[in-house]
Amino acid sequence: MVKKTKSLNLNFGPQHPAAHGVLRLILELDGEVVEKADPHIGLLHRGTEKLIEQKTYTQALPYFDRLDYVAPMNQEHAFALAAEKLLKIEVPIRAKYIRVIFCEIGRILSHILNVTTQALDVGALTPSLWGFEERETLMTFYERASGSRLHANYFRTGGVHQDIPLKLVEDIEKFCKSFPKIIDDLESLLTDNRIFKQRNVEIGIVTKQEALDHSFSGVMLRGSGVPWDLRRSQPYEIYKDLDFKIPVGKNGDCYDRYLCRIEEMRESVKIILQCIERLPKGPVKSIDGKISPPNRQDLKQSMEALIHHFKLFTEGYRVPAGDVYTAVEAPKGEFGVYLISDGTNKPYRCKIRAPGFSHLQAMDYLIRGHMLADVPAVLGSLDIVFGEVDR
Amino acid sequence: MIENLKKLENLINSELTSKIQSSFIANDELSIEINESDLIEIVQFLKSNEKCKFRQLIDIAGVDYPNEEKRFKLVYLFLSHENNCRIKLSINFQPKQIINSITKIFPAANWMEREVFDMYGIKFKNHPDLRRILTDYGFKGHPLRKDFPLTGFNEVRYSEKEKKVIYEPVKLEQNYRNFDFESPWEGTNYIKEIKKKQADGKKN
Repeated sequence: MVKKTKSLNLNFGPQHPAAHGVLRLILELDGEVVEKADPHIGLLHRGTEKLIEQKTYTQALPYFDRLDYVAPMNQEHAFALAAEKLLKIEVPIRAKYIRVIFCEIGRILSHILNVTTQALDVGALTPSLWGFEERETLMTFYERASGSRLHANYFRTGGVHQDIPLKLVEDIEKFCKSFPKIIDDLESLLTDNRIFKQRNVEIGIVTKQEALDHSFSGVMLRGSGVPWDLRRSQPYEIYKDLDFKIPVGKNGDCYDRYLCRIEEMRESVKIILQCIERLPKGPVKSIDGKISPPNRQDLKQSMEALIHHFKLFTEGYRVPAGDVYTAVEAPKGEFGVYLISDGTNKPYRCKIRAPGFSHLQAMDYLIRGHMLADVPAVLGSLDIVFGEVDR
Repeated sequence: MIENLKKLENLINSELTSKIQSSFIANDELSIEINESDLIEIVQFLKSNEKCKFRQLIDIAGVDYPNEEKRFKLVYLFLSHENNCRIKLSINFQPKQIINSITKIFPAANWMEREVFDMYGIKFKNHPDLRRILTDYGFKGHPLRKDFPLTGFNEVRYSEKEKKVIYEPVKLEQNYRNFDFESPWEGTNYIKEIKKKQADGKKN
């Protein structure tokens, strides 16, 4: 006798701590096995691309902090690079170093959050308590450089907003010396942990081919054994002068991705230390007064500086017509900005390529045949932040 | 880098002669314009050809030019890991035209095409699941079209009376003000001009 069974529809989210934001997943279950997953996204859609079309280039920049709010400056970087490429301006060397330092701090910020919350999703509470303490220290560095913990608005077209004080550089160095110990501590809690391994090893396996077909990037790609990192293959800023390794996974499962992230944090620390060692002196923004605003002192003394300041913050600068695509290796993968300028002071179109968007898209095929309890584990290892997925 | 792009441009032009409308390299990036009817064939070629190997679809970007006859433009961005280069493929077409979906060639195109459909109302043929993706359930209109107002049409609030979230037409205390700060003249260019003169002077 064949007994007919009906599959069960389960609504996961939109408010669920393991959904890492506002994700609504409609799961079709056969017993405890997931047969189909249909992610409904857009609950955090704010129309960033539409808003950017209405703003000048300077005003458009802060929207990028609000995309992936876990590593804000990496996003700004992509937009700043795009505008600089269209304007054909050079960034001073000191600004490049500062940018790299803060991009790598962003990478550590993001990876700490991801690794620890993934552990939280599979039942380990302590790592997140330890990790968030470090995140707080790192965000103080953000604050000391830009005045804001999260929405930094620090990378401007042509450089960075302000120079960083010497004391801050020293403190970052001090942090980098002590941080590897914290990673060791985190690893001692997780890497060989039986429960953590049971929940992650051979879960959510992505093969090389599938990773390519689904437009994966970043750790999702490297975890599957594809050695591809934009910092190495299409180097921007000063990455080609720096010495760092690119960790690559073997099996493409959740556990390998976790290991990649841990190793990337160690590499980031190395990169920051190298940058601090070499940090040159000099200006931190483009010397072209038609693009970067004058500093405060000049404003009090020089009429011309005052005029420039006024014009730059009302009209903004005009960007030559053309289209350009620039991508950076954000913590979550390839974050790109496709910018079309029509020669005015506002972007005509700014398409944001968020890595999380294509990663979440693959959720359906990643989770098929897995148990319901694996959903948070896979979701955690995808490293989804809804700010950038929904835009 | 540039030489590789030029080689690639020549290769694509010689292999697909009549199907390429124009190709150019600007800002160190290769762009190709094609007819929307040749899309599938050319994408397949770019993916499978030994010398191209554009095996990753990075993004699909829609653009709206309301004043032109061929109002919409789609830009497909591809990446080749093997050759370490990118390419931009663009098609221009009229609002009523239906575009072939490339989901069969690149599964990742699924959500990207859904997003284009949501934002611009461009329809795709043979798409497995063409639904809205980013906007609200029951949303009307296509927000990234240039004629869609920034403030939108509906706003949402919780009604204490009805004990639920309700939709109302947008009421603004003050009209949305879009200041045009752009000066009618191009502005001075003197720093660049002076530098250019100096450079020219050195040559002479």
